[in-house]
Amino acid sequence: MMASGAVAVDTQYNYDIVKRFAIMALVWGVLGMTAGTYIAAELAFPFLNFDTAEITFGRLRPVHTTLVIFGFGGSALFATSYYIVQRTCQTRLYGDLLPKFTFWGWQLSVLIGAIGYMNGITQAREYAEFPWPVDLLITVTWVAYATVFVQTLRRRSQPHIYVANWFYMAFILATAILHIFNNLAVPVNLLSMHSYSLFSGVQDAMTQWWYGHNAVGFFLTAAFLGMMYYFVPKQAGRPIYSYRLSIVHFWALSFLYMWVGAHHLHWTALPDWTSSLAATFSILLLLPSWGGMINGIMTLSGAWDKLRTDPIMRFLIASLAFYGMSTFEGPMMSLKSVNALSHYTDWTVGHVHSGALGWVALVSFGSLYHMIPRLYDTKLYSDRLVITHFWLATIGIVLYITSMWVSGIGQGMMLRAFDDYGNLAYTFVETVSFMHLPLAARMVGGMFFVSGILVMSFNIFMTIRNAKLEQAAMEAKIAAKMANAGV
Amino acid sequence: MDLIEWFSKMENTKPLALVIFFVTFVAIVLYVFTGKKRKARFESYKDIPFQDDERESKESEKGKHNG
Repeated sequence: MMASGAVAVDTQYNYDIVKRFAIMALVWGVLGMTAGTYIAAELAFPFLNFDTAEITFGRLRPVHTTLVIFGFGGSALFATSYYIVQRTCQTRLYGDLLPKFTFWGWQLSVLIGAIGYMNGITQAREYAEFPWPVDLLITVTWVAYATVFVQTLRRRSQPHIYVANWFYMAFILATAILHIFNNLAVPVNLLSMHSYSLFSGVQDAMTQWWYGHNAVGFFLTAAFLGMMYYFVPKQAGRPIYSYRLSIVHFWALSFLYMWVGAHHLHWTALPDWTSSLAATFSILLLLPSWGGMINGIMTLSGAWDKLRTDPIMRFLIASLAFYGMSTFEGPMMSLKSVNALSHYTDWTVGHVHSGALGWVALVSFGSLYHMIPRLYDTKLYSDRLVITHFWLATIGIVLYITSMWVSGIGQGMMLRAFDDYGNLAYTFVETVSFMHLPLAARMVGGMFFVSGILVMSFNIFMTIRNAKLEQAAMEAKIAAKMANAGV
Repeated sequence: MDLIEWFSKMENTKPLALVIFFVTFVAIVLYVFTGKKRKARFESYKDIPFQDDERESKESEKGKHNG
């Protein structure tokens, strides 16, 4: 009897594509986070390079960032956006082949990119290291993604487009613009993977960081807010605190984010007014960011006990707490005076990870824990393992961030210290020596976090396995009944 | 022609862009937070994620009766 409802839902919606992306999110997550922990270990214990070029920090670092941002984060966004747009529009995803094309296009891009980086093929633009042929593949995939998403919205049964979809739409549109303009390049020749950027000098740096920070703003923030606006209310069993606040949150974020990229280039050849403009808009960004965070957290108002009883809710609310923390830290670090100390130190690395692990990864974990059992019409294999994962991840993040604060702020202060005669008080090597302990602590934090995602992968694997066993048992039961009835 | 020249100067277009963006944003905020009917309409949208569950449970109820 249960099956008839479930089958109806399965045919009404395209869950197959959501399942594929959700599983690949976990696969890339495990690989990318393991690569990250390994390079963290290399920084603390350089012998781990083993004199092998392919696994040195310089080559593995883009492998790590690409696998976690585009592999894990990107696949989680594809999965959740395809799920949310169907469920909030109450219509099936547009096309059958086009979503499959987005799956293969995206996975191939990530795979080719990662293998290429290990072999030294990169265009050396941070978070946009893909060589030009892969950039073209991503562009075509993205156009297909936008088509699927917009056409599904057009076929909606609902008169109103739910706010989560607005955030996904902004993410799709902004990422397309950013990707195209930052990757404008002239290939060395058609058979070469190398190319020259269309921009040069300070314009090139400006374009890169306009891209870089908006990748944070629209890929790693706006899109995951779309996730938050759907999964927090669903998991809490109560609607979002204020729908009107979510509208203002959306527009304020969209107006402000595009201006802040230049804060990555304080104290460089960039014009001073550009730097000040970026810092000003960064401070302004605090308002919508905290508005969104409060909107998410207050959804639980009157049902705070869920934090005690529901481990998935813990992931979602902790992610919002980290979102609030990192969106306070970010504007503070964008002030020129603070940036003079923090830039080029591990403080920046810690800040990025409080956003990436605390916000992006935790909200993704919570959403996947909510979504995957529903895709397979079953229950999670183990709630206790979710709690274990939560604590492993949280301890890992806290260890990571605090060690990077110590390392970064310490290094920044040492590099700025002078003696009575105006000479530098410390040599660079002395700062490296000081950083050894916090770098080792960061590695341990990473290990905690990787252990967490391994626990999650096991839990999800068992959930899917059980769902398939239940399905097989159900089918056998129906077949036996039919045989008994003599049909 | 003078107007085109006026637009070609960054010191004119920058504050103009600021005024346009700021006024648009303020207009959005005022639109969203004023009007009782509008408030009720906007706040009703927050139930959209749950309407799907109602439909699903109706469908499975239907399935039960048919089965």
